[in-house]
Amino acid sequence: MSAKEIGNPLRDPRDRRMPRIAGPCGMVLFGVTGDLSRKKIMPAIYDLANRGLLPPGFSLTGFARRDWADQDFAQIVHDSVKAHARTEFREEVWQQLAEGFRFVPGNFDDDLAFDRLRRTIEELDELRGTGGNHAFYLAIPPGFFGDVVGQLNEHGLARPRTESWRRVVIEKPFGHDLQSARELQDILGDVFPSDSIFRIDHYLGKETVQNILAMRFANEMFEPIWNSNYVDHVQITMAEDIGIGGRAGYYDGIGAARDVIQNHLLQLLSLVAMEEPTSFDARALRIEKQKVLSSVTLPRRLDLTTARGQYAAGWAGGVKVPGFLEEEGIKRTSTTETYAAVTLNVETRRWAGVPFYLRTGKRLGRRVTEVAIVFKRAPHLPFADASTEELGQNALVIRIQPDEGVTLRFGSKVPGTQMEIRDVNMDFVYGGAFTESSPEAYERLILDVLLGDPPLFPRHEEVELSWQILDPVLEFWARQDEKGKAKPEHYESGTWGPASADAMLARDGRVWRRP
Amino acid sequence: MIELIDTNSAEIAAELQRARVRAGSPAMGMVMTLVIVVEADDAEGAMRAARAASHEHPARVLGVILGDARGAAEIGAQVGTGSGWTGETALIRLKGEVVKHPESVVLPLLLPDSPVAVWWPNHPPADPANDPLGRLAQRRITDAAAAARGKTKAMQQQCRTYTVGNTDLAWTRITPWRALLAAALDQQPLRVTRASVTAERISPSADLLAAWLADRLKVDVERMSSSGPGITEVVLETREGPIRIARADGKLATFSSPGRPDRPVALKRRDLPELLAEELRRLDEDDVYAETTRRLLKMETAK
Repeated sequence: MSAKEIGNPLRDPRDRRMPRIAGPCGMVLFGVTGDLSRKKIMPAIYDLANRGLLPPGFSLTGFARRDWADQDFAQIVHDSVKAHARTEFREEVWQQLAEGFRFVPGNFDDDLAFDRLRRTIEELDELRGTGGNHAFYLAIPPGFFGDVVGQLNEHGLARPRTESWRRVVIEKPFGHDLQSARELQDILGDVFPSDSIFRIDHYLGKETVQNILAMRFANEMFEPIWNSNYVDHVQITMAEDIGIGGRAGYYDGIGAARDVIQNHLLQLLSLVAMEEPTSFDARALRIEKQKVLSSVTLPRRLDLTTARGQYAAGWAGGVKVPGFLEEEGIKRTSTTETYAAVTLNVETRRWAGVPFYLRTGKRLGRRVTEVAIVFKRAPHLPFADASTEELGQNALVIRIQPDEGVTLRFGSKVPGTQMEIRDVNMDFVYGGAFTESSPEAYERLILDVLLGDPPLFPRHEEVELSWQILDPVLEFWARQDEKGKAKPEHYESGTWGPASADAMLARDGRVWRRP
Repeated sequence: MIELIDTNSAEIAAELQRARVRAGSPAMGMVMTLVIVVEADDAEGAMRAARAASHEHPARVLGVILGDARGAAEIGAQVGTGSGWTGETALIRLKGEVVKHPESVVLPLLLPDSPVAVWWPNHPPADPANDPLGRLAQRRITDAAAAARGKTKAMQQQCRTYTVGNTDLAWTRITPWRALLAAALDQQPLRVTRASVTAERISPSADLLAAWLADRLKVDVERMSSSGPGITEVVLETREGPIRIARADGKLATFSSPGRPDRPVALKRRDLPELLAEELRRLDEDDVYAETTRRLLKMETAK
């Protein structure tokens, strides 16, 4: 009798204390020296081990063009864990991991190196019992995906034996437009089946983002007003206070819209706007997300409904900072935007006539990500005009980071003998739960990769739909550049973006929230 | 912290309210009330553990020290927010007649319409669900292993009086063992023919683990003694050979299974705040624990 038939007698669906531990497996990490590997992936692996969620025998193999031995790689991981792990460093956890570190030196076009990688993996199956289950984490520039995936295929690394799996993990950007996203999908899809490709959008691993679904679909009081009868418009903001830092090479030519709107903000939009899924499994969620993304349209006049900008020199948070065009590695004539705002319509019965305003930028007032549902004004106010002058629109704000929680903004009487009404904020902060003890987004996502649990990973259909939404905007901006008609408008660092973004909302009779 | 002398529930409630306003944060997003029934000497340690757990579960934490029941009733309290707490806290000392009626002090201080958990860090009542304070709570947390003596008896007593909502930290302590054993059978779905649990001679957790294995696997489970610390070895015998998890030092275990290489696994004994945080994560009925307590009693009578 096979395992599946008799089941595991120690498992019981009612036994909800039991954590999900990944089955026997290993991970191969490409790009071990990058920031992503050192600051996020390696610490997350240690934290998972510390929480007892990794299987005994878990192995981590590094692959890079370095002349390293296994112990040199182990030292790199050790340093990164010491510096960046969220849980305390414990010797016994380290010992559990330490025997499983391997390093394979080589180039991405080096057949011998990939041969060595295959032998290393086979040896791990033998010595550490990883059971032929391996995830390949491509923490490398997307330009190299083709090479690496091709090599994995050629050396028989991509095909699992029966009863085991091979998965590939990639990070954004998933292409830079629809065309390139499809090309990327072709490269990956030739070698790995769709359900073995895991795209990491770390936002979706955040507790507060998952909480959007809990809040919407576990409660009775929000759903009745979650539509165009009551909602005036929705603002989705991701602001950063930092500049591009040392990422000029990556950022120039990419810009804010491709870097943030295509993935994070459109994913947030789909979670806020989607209909209720029939269940919370990956397929049902995907169907609803795809439905809502395919109903998103752009307004006709893109010159009036989009805005873009570049940060100029200025004072941000008490520090003097250079402008984008003065950053090292950026051409003085660059038209890459560091601020982007777009207006989107969701053509469904629920959202008809409710614009979704998405904006993101660097060197803005402060670091904040939030979704604000702004409600219509009360149709009739039985007060004297003067007493409601300070009353704004009701709003429900889902704060994603930092300071995760929910804010409700509504009118309340000012204490005193006169009837005077003003806006007040009611804050919900789920203590430290979202920030301290709960796993970091990368932990959650890496564990889900190892468990083969796909709900939190966007599929290529979603990626392509997002590009379909954004491509016309990017093309419109590119045309403007070519004709020399308009350029990204400069905005002073440390402020809330260019004047054209404010004008964009003013045309609709609305204003941006100061987040 | 504000010290209240010769006080009552209303004054304590008012002071909690004032402390909130002073902290400038009238809304705290607290999710439950945690009542800790403790002796004066152990109060500090228990409150420290609760403070750490409050980071995951923002709560109103009420420490209740039951003093000498003779003489005139007297209530004192230390009330505050902040300083490492997520939520608010009051440490209430009862003396005299009122010691027999602690629920009258605690009831007015419960947060409205949210769950109540009560925790006895060392001296649990024989029947927690019928204790005056236990009756107020949805979750009643005892700790048989903290009993000064007669730990085994204490565990059996808790099993005998088990009702929905009762739980014991001896059970919480073995979650990592249970998870690892379940994962072992996920990896190699072998039929277990016999099992054994080796631990300190007196260990409520080991008794529960043996009972759980017996209940789930429907096989004989031998309970063997070692010098500890805690549980030192669990073996699941199968026709292909034994699955063995051995932990000599209370930190790092060796995991062996048939036809596979031995592997080290971190399996640390967890400290109190972690246990408490796990316990507060779910406040619904723990069916698997209920079944395990019944099995433990059956195994005891069969002896």
